Amino acid sequence: MAEQAAALLFDAEAAAASRRHFWTRFAIYGVLTFFAAIYLVPLLVVVFNSFREQEEIARNGLISLPQTFRLDAWRDAWSSYCIAGTCEGMKRNFFNSLWMTIPATIISTLLGAINGYVLSKWRFKGSEVLFTCMLLGVFMPGQIALMPWAFVLGKLGLTNSTYGLILVHVIQGISFTTLFCRNYYLGIPDDLIKAARIDGAGFWRIFRKIILPLSPPILIVTVIWQFTGIWNEYLFGVVFTSGQQQPITAALVALTASGTTARAYDVMSASVLIGALPPLLIYLLGGKYFVRGLTQGAIK
Amino acid sequence: MSTQDLTIPITAPPRPWRDRIGTWAPILVLAPSLAASFVYVFLFTAWTLYLSVSNSSLLPSYDFAGLQNYVSLWSNRRWNIAYTNLFLFSGFYIVGSMAVGLLLAILIDQRVRGEAVWRTIFLYPLAVSFIVTGTVWNWLYNPVDGIQALVRSLGWSDFSFALTADRNYAIYAVIITGVWQSSGFAMALFLAGLRSVDPDLVKAAQIDGASAFRTYRKVVLPTIAPIFLAVAVIQIQFAIKTFDLVAALTRGGPGVSTTFPAIYVYDLMFQRGQIGEGAAAAVMMLAALAVVLVPYSFWVVWRRRRESGHG
Repeated sequence: MAEQAAALLFDAEAAAASRRHFWTRFAIYGVLTFFAAIYLVPLLVVVFNSFREQEEIARNGLISLPQTFRLDAWRDAWSSYCIAGTCEGMKRNFFNSLWMTIPATIISTLLGAINGYVLSKWRFKGSEVLFTCMLLGVFMPGQIALMPWAFVLGKLGLTNSTYGLILVHVIQGISFTTLFCRNYYLGIPDDLIKAARIDGAGFWRIFRKIILPLSPPILIVTVIWQFTGIWNEYLFGVVFTSGQQQPITAALVALTASGTTARAYDVMSASVLIGALPPLLIYLLGGKYFVRGLTQGAIK
Repeated sequence: MSTQDLTIPITAPPRPWRDRIGTWAPILVLAPSLAASFVYVFLFTAWTLYLSVSNSSLLPSYDFAGLQNYVSLWSNRRWNIAYTNLFLFSGFYIVGSMAVGLLLAILIDQRVRGEAVWRTIFLYPLAVSFIVTGTVWNWLYNPVDGIQALVRSLGWSDFSFALTADRNYAIYAVIITGVWQSSGFAMALFLAGLRSVDPDLVKAAQIDGASAFRTYRKVVLPTIAPIFLAVAVIQIQFAIKTFDLVAALTRGGPGVSTTFPAIYVYDLMFQRGQIGEGAAAAVMMLAALAVVLVPYSFWVVWRRRRESGHG
């Protein structure tokens, strides 16, 4: 009897606990779903509208489930939509961004790796102070360098050119890439380097045979960071280039500003997605490294 | 005699040229980057600093003009709007994205299913540029096509949500979009922090009978306090540099109501041909960053020293 009563009591308590547990879980997933919706709706709106017909958007509004499906907006956005008088779509600006971002990313990452190697494994008197000075570049606002850059690019004949932007991004990026690589290389034991030096390996040999093979994780983080950062950059793009030379970020602003009549949301949505896709793809493919770069870059 | 004969060749071997270059290699390799960074960081800053006390207008000029640009900057109504906006934005933006980020991090930390999926959803805005975000939210705020139209079509016919059309409220549109873009960032950092909290500490609190809420408030959050500061400092930095988001979302308008310091610099330098005053505004931005970052970096260094001293 007593045992039975205890068991019943226990059951009631357990049932209450599991009910509480259920509602807690329900609330957790409910709140997460709510926020996920807020995060996803803008993306879905753009994706849907890039496939909807313009008349349908005009009729049913911007935020609505698609009832039509066509690819015309993507084709127009890529190759024939008019921005400020030129009707070539976004493709030229897309390639401007690509041919700016790829070289700038590779060069700044390589320089960062070598600098990081020197500043962690071949320290000399004053190298820490020099490193700190380089680090200031991470925090400098672009605005303070605008006029000097305009002058330097003018002198070099690189105004309104992708090469000019590559130069700007490489020099601005060095501080970041050096910081990332140096901090990572500090974790490689010095004994490894010492042993190699005793065996007669020199500066470059150690870099090639020991440092580089250990580098893929940090190089991936750095490349992802630099690629998304440079691709998404706007200030230098809009100041130092114009018209057909503009990277895609600047072109997007020009595109959405140019609509005086009813906005062609279908084509604009496709254009926005063309501009957003490369970094989004990189984020989805290299998510883990993206987050690692974020947290490392932030905390260190 | 004999010892000397033996030691000399060992201590001073003839050094081949490759070796001598070898010792210089690190410095030679570093030199170009160092030179470029120094030009960028110091020379360019000094240059703009000088422009800010020159009488440059449409073209840079190097005639000294004293503090005249600063005087005219600080008496400008639009600059007044710009830094008021910066304070307003910084406050709401930091508190908002930290609150949302912390909430999401704590929820995800409750051993939810599909953690990677949630994280991917909350973080993706960070991969996308402020230009893309700003453009899309500009459409969503559009009273004729966006959220207001949607809610009205659902039957609430006098619903009003036209932030970007109203000069008194447009700044809140910038704030909401900014929080949307970057609370995922706060979440990622908080989540990393929560994961680094010693599980024994949490267990001890639970054994003592502390509720989940109390455990977070009294045990978990205090141990990740430095992360709050780090997130806040990074976001103040973002706020001071805010340019792209506003350029795409409101273009500083309606009127000049969402002007930010960075927008002001751009406008003066490249639209109005007042390079001197634009440079003065850029210097003020740098000063604002220094006010935040210099004490913070000293604090970080101090804390590291203390920690390594104890441990």
